Amino acid sequence: MALAGTRSIGQAALALAIALFLSVFLVMPVATVIYVAFTEKGGGALTLVNFQDFARTDLFVRSFWNSIYVSAMTVVWASALALPLAYLTTRFEFRGAMLVQTLGFLPLVMPPFVGAVAMQLLFGRNGSVNLLLDEWFDFKIGFMEGLNGVIFLQAIHYFPFILVNLSAALRNIDRSMEEAAQNLGSHGLRLFRRIALPLALPGYIAGASLVFVKVFDDVATPLLLNVKEMLAPQAYLRITSIGIDDPMGYVISVVLIGVAVATMWASALVLKGKDYATTQRGGGGLARRKLKPRESFLAYAVVILILALVLAPHVGLLLLSFATVWSFSPLPDGYTLAHYARVLGDSSIYIKNTLLYSSLAAGIDVAIGGAIAYLVLRTKLPGRQWLDWAASTALAVPGVVLGIGYLRAFYGVKMPDGTPLAALWIVIVLAIAIRRLPYALRAAYAALQQISVSLEEAAENLGATKARTVRRIVIPLMTGGLLAGFVTSFATAAVELSAVLMLVQSNSDAPLAYGLYVLMQTPAGRGAGAALGVIAVVIVAICMGLAQLAADRSQRARGLDI
Amino acid sequence: MVRLSALATGFTLGLIFAAGAAFAQTGKVTVVTSFSKDVTDPLKKAFEKAVPGATLEVQNRNTNAGVKFLEETRGNNQVDLFWASAPDAFEVLKGKKLLSPYKPKATGIAEKVGSYPVNDKDGFYSGFAASGYGIMWNERYVKANKLPTPKEWQDLAAAPYFDHVSISAPSRSGTTHLTIETILQGEGWDKGWRTIKEISGNLRQVTDRSFGVPEAVNSGQVGYGIVIDFFAFSSQGAGFPVKFVYPTVTTLVPANVGIVANAPNKAGAEAFIEFLLSPTGQEALLEPTIRRLPVRPETYAKAPADYPNPFKDKNLQGLLTFNAELSESRSAAVDTLYDQLITFQLEPLKAATRALHEVDAALAKKDNPRARALAKEARDLIASMPITAAQAASPEIRAAFSGGKEKSARQAELEQQWAAFAKEKYAAAKAKADEALKLAR
Repeated sequence: MALAGTRSIGQAALALAIALFLSVFLVMPVATVIYVAFTEKGGGALTLVNFQDFARTDLFVRSFWNSIYVSAMTVVWASALALPLAYLTTRFEFRGAMLVQTLGFLPLVMPPFVGAVAMQLLFGRNGSVNLLLDEWFDFKIGFMEGLNGVIFLQAIHYFPFILVNLSAALRNIDRSMEEAAQNLGSHGLRLFRRIALPLALPGYIAGASLVFVKVFDDVATPLLLNVKEMLAPQAYLRITSIGIDDPMGYVISVVLIGVAVATMWASALVLKGKDYATTQRGGGGLARRKLKPRESFLAYAVVILILALVLAPHVGLLLLSFATVWSFSPLPDGYTLAHYARVLGDSSIYIKNTLLYSSLAAGIDVAIGGAIAYLVLRTKLPGRQWLDWAASTALAVPGVVLGIGYLRAFYGVKMPDGTPLAALWIVIVLAIAIRRLPYALRAAYAALQQISVSLEEAAENLGATKARTVRRIVIPLMTGGLLAGFVTSFATAAVELSAVLMLVQSNSDAPLAYGLYVLMQTPAGRGAGAALGVIAVVIVAICMGLAQLAADRSQRARGLDI
Repeated sequence: MVRLSALATGFTLGLIFAAGAAFAQTGKVTVVTSFSKDVTDPLKKAFEKAVPGATLEVQNRNTNAGVKFLEETRGNNQVDLFWASAPDAFEVLKGKKLLSPYKPKATGIAEKVGSYPVNDKDGFYSGFAASGYGIMWNERYVKANKLPTPKEWQDLAAAPYFDHVSISAPSRSGTTHLTIETILQGEGWDKGWRTIKEISGNLRQVTDRSFGVPEAVNSGQVGYGIVIDFFAFSSQGAGFPVKFVYPTVTTLVPANVGIVANAPNKAGAEAFIEFLLSPTGQEALLEPTIRRLPVRPETYAKAPADYPNPFKDKNLQGLLTFNAELSESRSAAVDTLYDQLITFQLEPLKAATRALHEVDAALAKKDNPRARALAKEARDLIASMPITAAQAASPEIRAAFSGGKEKSARQAELEQQWAAFAKEKYAAAKAKADEALKLAR
């Protein structure tokens, strides 16, 4: 009894610490900004009239449904891209599986601005593809027109969320499940549909819900396509326009946060009441089948086709970084190394800062995300769900709102020498960590859902304390999922801009994304921006490759142990 | 060239040095700016050379983020200068008491460039360079689509330009806002909006970033863009196949610099302003990557042959005396009207415009008075405005945007009314145009 008491005290202390962290670095700064949504303009009296206005304005209602449509369709298309890659590379003997996993992740690492330009040059109305189509067949395809254009680009950009989480989940499934099904005569698609997919559902749901919320809250892609009649762009345009102090931008932010929380709640509901845990981890995941030559050919064709599509923007970026002039032509007029020469001098400090900030932020995310997942799934603390929901709202808070909130909350706090707290680089790290926390949280959540609680009970029955159980049983078994979370947070943190832009106080503290932004503020500077973008992507790719390697090693090592 | 001129204007330079010495240690001068590295790097280098002991710390932020930043950090300000193009951003800062007044000591600076006063009348910020608005186009695009070459704003309203033009929203770009306001002041409220809507009916896109427009033109995604001159000049400098023209009625707008209230290094800030206005600073503006128009008339003597000169070139003298107070009094209303009537109603507006272009083509082949009358009615429907010029500047409407007590409706209500108004009129115009097309064919 006394033992149980100290346990729950320990858990409560952990929960309180996380709650404190979230309130200081997320809830409070954001609240200082969006309380405007609940006040009357000019007067400051509390009111809900702004929400009535929201519902009465055609533009907002139209934008809301457009956003829902685009997010839902993006999940469908992103799944279509991610499923084959995830299934083929985890389920079969597939040479280059690791390479596919790493490459398949790269679309998430699309540097701001330049990525957009590269995509216009390839898929735009007069991009390479359409210019060639027009020349050969006399027609063009509106890849980037309207809402469908947004869906196209978002599916390419965000499908790695599903890929990473689904792959991690598939790897975690015990091979004996599949063997049992095979012994009972199941095979082929039925085996996938009835055994592998249902068991991997937590991973899929984690990825799909992230895609949904992320697309719902994304500003950059719709604005790149000049689609303004979606909810997040409406909020962004209103919040960042000067001169007009308008509560509606913050009202929309509140709606965005509401949708994000509702999505997370709904995804928890889908998985509720079912048990996805398996007790064994023999050999690290599904048995890998061998492909027959014809199947193998087909599989490689599918994988290469998908990779070609989703990596096209990076190819465009690479071309742009070497291009002299690229205007109204399928390929650049000429090639040069000048852009790289120009950014090389500046970029070392940016690279150093980016690696430092991103790894710190991702580390914070994995620690907090893992802790929240554990508290929610393994304890009975009252109100533990709120931690999950609060952390998930970070997905929906526009970066610029978080940035302003940080300035408001921390700029007045002075360090002993008089410099404001918000001017320290660690504040940038915290802002990035908060923005990327939901990625790591979802990954940790999915990983823990797949671990049978009986393993922990066994450990405790043998006399292990809670802490020791977590250290020796839970964390090792979650490694794959936590690593997926780390990689996602790290890679996306490396190209985070909107909050960073508000917080960077000097060039020596600036990360790569800021350097990119500075270079892109001129119509003539796209080549240099692209070169810096390529450098960013390469660095992130190397880090991810290393992480994958480490994951593979640890899986194999454990496989040998058993 | 710069070195030669430095010798030639040694006297003025001497003054600068004297000023620098008077301020003793200038130290670190922190500036928040929306200008790109292309602009800030050469000027930083020249400043640090001209004022020994000074270093310029550049914080790059877009104009909106910069204003917000100063606003949020005012309690513990660490910034000396705000340095950006859009005069309206400075007006906002001034209104929020975030600037401190300073009267530059430099002499020989023009009072006006084009028709716009160079300096703030209350002395809170100073213009150091000018830029004008015009039309930029991609030659390859124009050639491939066999399109004409524009000269005037009104040209862009013609049928061949349909779906080929790009602009940035006036609510997002201070310079577009001034262009719209210039047309409104030049042609009057009703006629001005008619012109603006006729051009806008041909738009391919309304971007939310100023440099989204040159980007789209440079890469050939759209043919024509309404842009500020240096976007076109620096694109040309980078080798893009683009051309640029100033229409007869253009606005020259000063780019500004102002000292932030409670600046930690006020002396350094003043030294930087004096440097920008000095002959050396002004000549630096002529560099190919910067290409702004100096506010010191004598500097043009050192400019390349084809450099625009607002103090000599006839088309840059400006026929119109820009009324800054009028502009200020209705700026929120004008921006919101543009967004609600055009940006967010672009599809219906374009549908009606396209139908009218077809009617015109049919009428050119075979005249039909009834169809002509219908087309005119349709044009009037498109041109009609939900509010008058007087209403736009009235206390009721202004209060709706500022949150004052006199407001007759909340901003959100006004927006919804205006949007509904436009939607209805454009639909009616489309119906009339379709009817006219049937008759004319």
